[in-house]
Amino acid sequence: MIPAPFTYKRALSVDEALDLAARDGADAKFLAGGHSLLPLMKLRLAVPEVLIDIGRLGELRYVREEDGHIAVGALTSHDELSRSSVLASELPLLAHAAGQVGDPQVRHRGTIGGSLVHADPAADLPAVVLALDATLVARGPSGSRQIPVGDFFQSLFETVLEPDELLTEIRIPKPEAPSRWAFQKFTKRGIDWAIVGVAVQGGSVALVNMDQTPMRAAAVERALAGGAGPREAAVHAAKGTNPSADINADVRYREHLARVLVGRALEESLAR
Amino acid sequence: MKVTIKVNGNQVAGEVADRTLLVHFLRDVANLTATNVGCDSTSCGACTVLMKGAGEAGGGKSVKSCTVLAAQADGCDVTTVEGLADESGEMHPVQAAFHAEHGLQCGFCTPGMVMASVSLLAENPSPTEEEVRTALEGNLCRCTGYHNIVRAVLAAAPAIERRSA
Amino acid sequence: MSILGTRVVRTEDPRLLTAGGTYVDDLRIPELADAARVTFVRSPMAHAKITGMDTDAARQAPGVLAVLTVQDMDDLVPPPPPEPGSEVSEGAPMPIGGVWSEPLLAVDRVRYVGEAVAMVITSDSYQGEDAAELVSVDYEPLPAVIGVAGALQTGTLLFDTTDSNVPVSSGDDADDAIFEGCDAVVERTIVNQRLAPMPMEGRAAAARFADGKLTYWASTQNAQISRFILAGALGMDPASIRVITPDVGGGFGAKVGIDREAILVAWAARKTGRALRWVETRSENLVGMTHGRAQEQTIKLGGTSDGRILAYRLDVVQDTGAYPRMSGFLPFLTKLMAVGPYDIPRVQTHSRVVVTNTTPISAYRGAGRPEATAAIERAIDLFATEIGVDPGEVRRKNLIPPDKFPYSTPTGATYDTGDYVTALNKALDAAGYDELRAEQRSRRERGDVLQLGIGLASYVEITAADAAAGETARLTVHGDGTATVYTGSSAHGQGHHTAWAMLVESELGIPMANVTVIHGDTDLIPEGIGTYGSRSLQLGGVAVHKAALDVKEQARRVAADMLEAAEADLELDAGSGTWQVRGDPGTGRSWADVATHAGTDGLVAYVQYAGGGATFPFGSHVAVVEIDTETGKVRLIRHVTVDDAGTVVNPVLAEGQRHGGIAQGVAQALLEEMIYDADGNPLTGTLADYAAITAAELPSFELVQSETPTDINPLGVKGIGEAGTIGATPAVQNAVVDAVSHLGVRHIDMPTTPVRVWSAIEEGVRERDKEQNGEAR
Repeated sequence: MIPAPFTYKRALSVDEALDLAARDGADAKFLAGGHSLLPLMKLRLAVPEVLIDIGRLGELRYVREEDGHIAVGALTSHDELSRSSVLASELPLLAHAAGQVGDPQVRHRGTIGGSLVHADPAADLPAVVLALDATLVARGPSGSRQIPVGDFFQSLFETVLEPDELLTEIRIPKPEAPSRWAFQKFTKRGIDWAIVGVAVQGGSVALVNMDQTPMRAAAVERALAGGAGPREAAVHAAKGTNPSADINADVRYREHLARVLVGRALEESLAR
Repeated sequence: MKVTIKVNGNQVAGEVADRTLLVHFLRDVANLTATNVGCDSTSCGACTVLMKGAGEAGGGKSVKSCTVLAAQADGCDVTTVEGLADESGEMHPVQAAFHAEHGLQCGFCTPGMVMASVSLLAENPSPTEEEVRTALEGNLCRCTGYHNIVRAVLAAAPAIERRSA
Repeated sequence: MSILGTRVVRTEDPRLLTAGGTYVDDLRIPELADAARVTFVRSPMAHAKITGMDTDAARQAPGVLAVLTVQDMDDLVPPPPPEPGSEVSEGAPMPIGGVWSEPLLAVDRVRYVGEAVAMVITSDSYQGEDAAELVSVDYEPLPAVIGVAGALQTGTLLFDTTDSNVPVSSGDDADDAIFEGCDAVVERTIVNQRLAPMPMEGRAAAARFADGKLTYWASTQNAQISRFILAGALGMDPASIRVITPDVGGGFGAKVGIDREAILVAWAARKTGRALRWVETRSENLVGMTHGRAQEQTIKLGGTSDGRILAYRLDVVQDTGAYPRMSGFLPFLTKLMAVGPYDIPRVQTHSRVVVTNTTPISAYRGAGRPEATAAIERAIDLFATEIGVDPGEVRRKNLIPPDKFPYSTPTGATYDTGDYVTALNKALDAAGYDELRAEQRSRRERGDVLQLGIGLASYVEITAADAAAGETARLTVHGDGTATVYTGSSAHGQGHHTAWAMLVESELGIPMANVTVIHGDTDLIPEGIGTYGSRSLQLGGVAVHKAALDVKEQARRVAADMLEAAEADLELDAGSGTWQVRGDPGTGRSWADVATHAGTDGLVAYVQYAGGGATFPFGSHVAVVEIDTETGKVRLIRHVTVDDAGTVVNPVLAEGQRHGGIAQGVAQALLEEMIYDADGNPLTGTLADYAAITAAELPSFELVQSETPTDINPLGVKGIGEAGTIGATPAVQNAVVDAVSHLGVRHIDMPTTPVRVWSAIEEGVRERDKEQNGEAR
C-alpha cells in the first residue's frame, strides 16, 4: 500500500534531471506521471532509493508539427494526446489509442514517455509507436541520441535506455494516409489491460501483449505488401509471436484473438 | 520534506515523509477525511480529487490521490468533495443530483465518485449515458449498481450548464 | 395520505455528500487521539508448519511500539474442549469447534495465504508496513489442498486429529428411483465459483481500554453480537464492553460480527495499554476477509417430454476454506431453497463441507440462496433444451400456483405468499420476450457474428431466516415534540434512518425531519441483532412500527387525561400530528404538549419483536446478452427484473437495493472469481486482477413493480436486500449459454469470461459436427 522509503528530488530543468540521475545512478528512477512506477512501488515490487520528479518539466510537454514529422514531448499526458488537434488530423491512431489508456484519472497523469520507458508489453502506446515507426530521442550525460523504435524495447520492462538517460521526445513520421489507421484493444472490462491489442497504420501492424515486448506482425505485413486482403493477411497474425498464458487467456486463445483482431483492424483501417 | 498544497482554497503546509501519498496528506495533514482509500492498485477511484498546477486554468482534473505523491502536488491546487459546496453551504449540482437520484448508499465511494463526475462534466458537459459509464469505469461502487449514479450525472449536466450560463 | 410507499430521498445523504462519512479510519475523537496502528504479518504460504519466528529486526524498526505473537497470548483463557460426542449442528451458523477450531493468531501451522501470524504496533501505518516486512518467519511447507476434488482425494489433512477434510456431511442418499418415469433426465456438475465480497471499506476496528472498560469501534453489521464475541474471546463481562459502529462502508454479509484480526486488536489494546486502530489494505482484504460461494454442485433433473418436472437431485460440496467458520449453514440454506419456486414432487438433496488451504468462506449477499437458485435455474434450462421446449414455458408449467400458499416444500421450507407465474409473465412482457426470440432467430439465420442470448431466472428466497431472534426498537417522543428511535438494526448503506423515520411519521404524524434514528452503540442499545439476511425491515422496521403503536396508546391515555375525555373519544390526526377530541379541533394538543404532560422522560416504548417466521420474496429476471462469437466477449445489453418483497415502504430505497443486488449478481455471472493456483497462491490478489464490475460493463436496469404482501407481519414486508443478486446471476449465465446454444453449447461455468465462452463455442461446434456426421452416416 505504501512505497518503501525513498528520497524525493525535483528537477526544474532537463539538465538538472540529468545531473541528478548521473549522481544517483542505478538507485534512482525518474518520476513522470507516476502511473506506471508508483503502483509498482506501492506493492513494493520496485524499491528505488531516489525518485527524480521530472513532472514539472513543461518544456517536454508538446505536440508539434515539424518538417515531415510530428514531435511529441515525452511528458505529454495521455489526456493531452487524446485531445490534440494536431494528432487528430495527422496521427489519429495515437490520439485514439491514448484515449483508451486506463481511465480518465490515469490519463490525466500518465505520460507517453512514462509508458514507453516502463515498457510493459501489455501497454497500448509502445505498440502504437512501433506501428508508427517512431524515433525516440533520449538525452544523457554524453548528449542526445536518436533511437529507432525497433531497437528501443529489449525485454519485459526493459528498454535500451541507460539509468542516466532521459527520454525527451518521440518523433513520428507523418503517415502517407493518416486516416488508414485502426486500434483494436481486446479486454475483459473496459478498464483492463489488453488481453491482446492491434495497432494498424497503413501497412504497418503492431501487436500488444503477444510477446515480452511490443512487436510488428511481420508475416501479416509481408502478406499485405504481397496484395493479400485483410482476412487473408490476418491468418498470419500469430506467426513469430510468443504470448504468455495467464488468468485471462491461454496461448491458443491469444493467437486466435491476434488473428481476429488483426483482420478486424485491417478492415477498419480500409473502411475509414 | 515540507509540502504546501492549496486544498479547497486554503493553503495547507506540512512536514511529511517524502513517500507520503497525496491522499494521506489530505486526510492527516489537511484533516479532510472524506476522501477514502479503497484499494492499493490504483483501481477503485475512491480517492479521486481534482488537481491543477497553480496558475492553470479550470477547476482541476480528476486524479487518483493514492497514486500521486504529496510532493508532486506541492504548490498545486486540490479540490476535495468537502470543497464543492458554495460559501453559503449550498450543494454543488452534482452533490444535489446524487442526493435526488439516490446515487449513494454506504457513502464510501461517494466522494471520489462525485469528484470524478464533476471532472467528467467539466470535460464533457452533455454526455450520453454510454459516455458517463465509460468515464466512470475507474470508480468502483459495490452498493448502487451504478444505475442511479449514472442518472445523477445525467441530471446534473443541465443544472451545471444553467449555472455557468 | 400516508408517507409509506412514497418516494422519499435519504436523510443520510447531505452529511455523506458534503463532509463524507465517518468510517473507522476517519474517527478523530479524543479517545483515539493517541491511538497506535496495528499491522498484521500474514502467511505467504497456503499450508505450512511454522518452525521459527524472529521479531528482533522488527522490534528495532522506527516507530515500533511492540511486536506481538502467539507467545504473548498468556492472558487468554483457552476455549473449553468439545463435549464428548457433541454433534456438529448443520443448521447453526456457528464456527465448528473442537479439532476444527480456528486460533486467533496462527500457532504452529498456517492454513491459507493471508492467515495472520503476528502483529506489529507502530505509531503510524507507514511504519507498520515497513516493520511487518522485517518479521522473519520460518515455514516448512506442507502440500496444499486446493479445490473440492483436492480436498476429497488427497492424503493431506488440514487438521491432523481428524480422519478427513470433511467436517460436515448430511442429506439424502442418492436413489435414482426418483427419476423413474421421466422421459428426459439431465445431469451435470457445475461450479458456483468463489467470490470476494469486496465492500469498498475493508475491515477496520479500533479499541481502547480505560478503567477496566473496553470501548471498541468496529466496521461491523452487528454491534451487539460483536460485544458478545469480544466478551467470550477476552474473558470479559459484556457489561464492561461498549461497541460502537461508526459509518460502515458496505458489508454484504462479510462483516457479520467481527473476526479474528478484529478480536486481536482488542486483545492487543489490553496487552499494550495503548489505544489501537487497524485498517486493512485492499490486498489484505482480498485474502483476509472471508470469501463467498465456492460450491461444486451436481444437478440432476428429470421430467416429461412436454416439460413437467418430476424429480430433482442436488448434491453440494461446499468448499469452506481453511476453517469451517459457518459450519454447514450455507449449504443447509442451499438445500432448504433447492426447489426454488417450483412444484417438484420428488426431491433429494445432500451436502458436504470440505476444508481447503484457502481463505475461509462465509456469508456473501445471498449466502447459500444464490447457489440454490443458480443450480435449479441451470437445471431447468438444460432440461428445456433437452426436450426442446421454450425455457419460459417450462418454468410456467412448474411454478407453484398462487392458490397453493402457504406452500411447504419437500426440503422443509414454508413459503408464505407468492405469485410466481405473474412475476414471470410480467418480466417476459417487459422484456418483449417474443420480439427478442424473433431477433435471435434472425441473427442465427443470418449467421451474424454478434449473437443474442436471452436468459431467464425465476426465484424465491428466504429472508429473516432467524426471525425468532427478532429485533429491538426503543421510541421516545420528547417534551419538544421530536422523537428518537434506537434501533437494533445496523445500516451500512440500506437507508434505515430514512425508512424508520418514515414509519414513525406514518403512524404518529411527527415529521421525518423531527425524528432522529440511532443505531450501533451498545451503551445506548444493549439488545439487538443487527443487519444481515435481509431481516431489517421486517424485524427492525416492524419493531419501530410496534413501538409507534405503543407510544400512540400511551399518548391516548395521557391526552385523555389532559382533555378530561374518554380515551375512546380521542383521535390522532396523523396528518398534523395533533391529538384531539373527535370532531373538535379546538381541543387539539401537539405531541410536545402530550409528551410534556406525560412526564420528564416523555413517552417511551421499548419493543423486542420476534418475527412470526421467515418470509419469501420472489421474482423473475430476464437478461439479454450479445456475444461476439469470434472472440467470446459477452455484453449485457438489457436486464429486466421483477423482485417482489411485499409492501414497499420507500420505492427509492427498494430500487437501490435491487440495483446493487443485480450488479453483484451480474458480476458473478460475467466477471468475478477468486482464483488460486495449485499451491494455494491467490492469483487475483489485487483489484487489477479481481475483476470487480464497473459502470462500463452494465446497462441501466429495467425494474418492474410487484408487491405481494406477506401475512407474517403487520406491514406486509419481506426483505429486498439480496433478492436482486439471487435472480440476476442465473439469468445472465443462462443468457450466455442461450446465445451460443445453436452452436452446440450446453453449459458454460461462471464467470463466463471471453476465453471460456470461446472455448465452449469451439467445443460445441466440434460436438455438433460429430453428431451431424454421426447422423449422416
